[in-house]
Amino acid sequence: MSKVRVLVGTHKGAFILTSDGKREQWEVSGPHFAGWEIYHMKGSPADPNRLYASQTSGWFGQIIQCSSDGGKTWETPGGEKMPAPGEMPAGASNKFVYDTTAETGKPLTTHMWYDDTQHPWEFKRVWHLEPSLTDPDTVYAGVEDAAIFRTTDGAQTWHELAGLRGHGTGPKWQPGAGGMGLHTILLDPSDPDRIYIAISAAGAFRTDDGGKTWKPINRGLKSSYIPDPNAEVGHCVHHMAKHPSRTNVLFMQKHWDVMRTDDAGEQWQEVSGNLPTDFGFVIDVHAHEPETIYVVPIKSDSEHFPLEGKLRVYRSRTGGNEWEALTKGLPQHDCYVNVLRDAMAVDQLDSCGVYFGTTGGQVYVSPDAGDNWAPIVHDLPAVLSVEVQTLP
Amino acid sequence: MIRIVLPQHLRTLARVEGEVKLEVTGVVTQRSVLDALEARYPMLCGTIRDHVTLKRRPFIRFFACEEDLSLESPDSPLPDAVATGAEPFLVVGAIAGGA
Repeated sequence: MSKVRVLVGTHKGAFILTSDGKREQWEVSGPHFAGWEIYHMKGSPADPNRLYASQTSGWFGQIIQCSSDGGKTWETPGGEKMPAPGEMPAGASNKFVYDTTAETGKPLTTHMWYDDTQHPWEFKRVWHLEPSLTDPDTVYAGVEDAAIFRTTDGAQTWHELAGLRGHGTGPKWQPGAGGMGLHTILLDPSDPDRIYIAISAAGAFRTDDGGKTWKPINRGLKSSYIPDPNAEVGHCVHHMAKHPSRTNVLFMQKHWDVMRTDDAGEQWQEVSGNLPTDFGFVIDVHAHEPETIYVVPIKSDSEHFPLEGKLRVYRSRTGGNEWEALTKGLPQHDCYVNVLRDAMAVDQLDSCGVYFGTTGGQVYVSPDAGDNWAPIVHDLPAVLSVEVQTLP
Repeated sequence: MIRIVLPQHLRTLARVEGEVKLEVTGVVTQRSVLDALEARYPMLCGTIRDHVTLKRRPFIRFFACEEDLSLESPDSPLPDAVATGAEPFLVVGAIAGGA
């Protein structure tokens, strides 16, 4: 029988939750890296026992952890290696240095600050790790201040794909309330050169040449809180999702508005439809139904909790516009948690499982595509990210 | 032999218990001590000082002999008691509250 392994990053460590295909009984492992913020943890599709984790701290900065045994043991890539002349630099697995070389870097010295002045680019942390679909040693990292990096040696060294910041709109990028992070990286199984990313608050971008050049794909987004609501960049995209079989279809939870595109981001349409509020952070797609999508509506940008104290996932089976509330097993009174942008995931089992974590420390599972929910854990630290692996 | 006391999270990261003891050649300064520390424990690179600028991270402080040495030049000689191993060089995570 298949198994699932849920990778949970929290404000104070990482947790690994495992179950069989029924998804009723769970084993909880953790905390790993106790006391550290684990922004994101994800496994390699090419080698499911290879896991990567972004471990951060306001005191000690960024650490990258890697496991080759499904999370039982961890190491900092290159961290054990004594430096020697001509060898791979040791201790560089957490070294994210923006590319300023004449050959590949088009250095941008500033982006827009909260007060509209220009501010230098400064590395703060890794928000998202996206392992390659085919090579366990290749991983993409979305970082704050916004940029995308890639490793091809199992996270021992990282190099910026500088064409993104070199696009030319960087001076118009501005941090959201949580910082200027590159939080979404979507790889395309049918085209290894195509990558979609999203930045808060710059918007969505696409490369069709493996990351050398990028274009903003924000036409159709409308953000009334910026000077030009239809600007090319400056939109606060909270998260994006796509079904692996659809190369051109993306779904987006923007600051306000749920959006979709059917032409790889050339034009977006709003599909908020009958949602009670279209503010939120997460969005995801059913594993087997490319037009079935999930969001968790949040009251507003100033009140980051569900409407009326009722935690409700909304599902659309029509690719948006028509939404139904999913409530069975979720608290329907006095619930004032948030669900952060990387804290929802789906498994690949025949009956698609849907998972999400809350800032209250709960991780919920629905083994039947959202019809029924149950908590896996109640009392973890605030959940920052949730990923799930479906294992043989 | 130089004695270094690391904060708990960095001891865990470096997989050491108690004090770290290192040989430092030449003049014993913040820079030479941290160079030797990072060479022995590469996973600590970037956690105490910036990878590129080598400046002390904002919430890290250095103490020795009951004095705060954080604002001293990284190339100033450390007290003789540190250089002889009589007193440890303390790397301290600032008490800064947080969530």
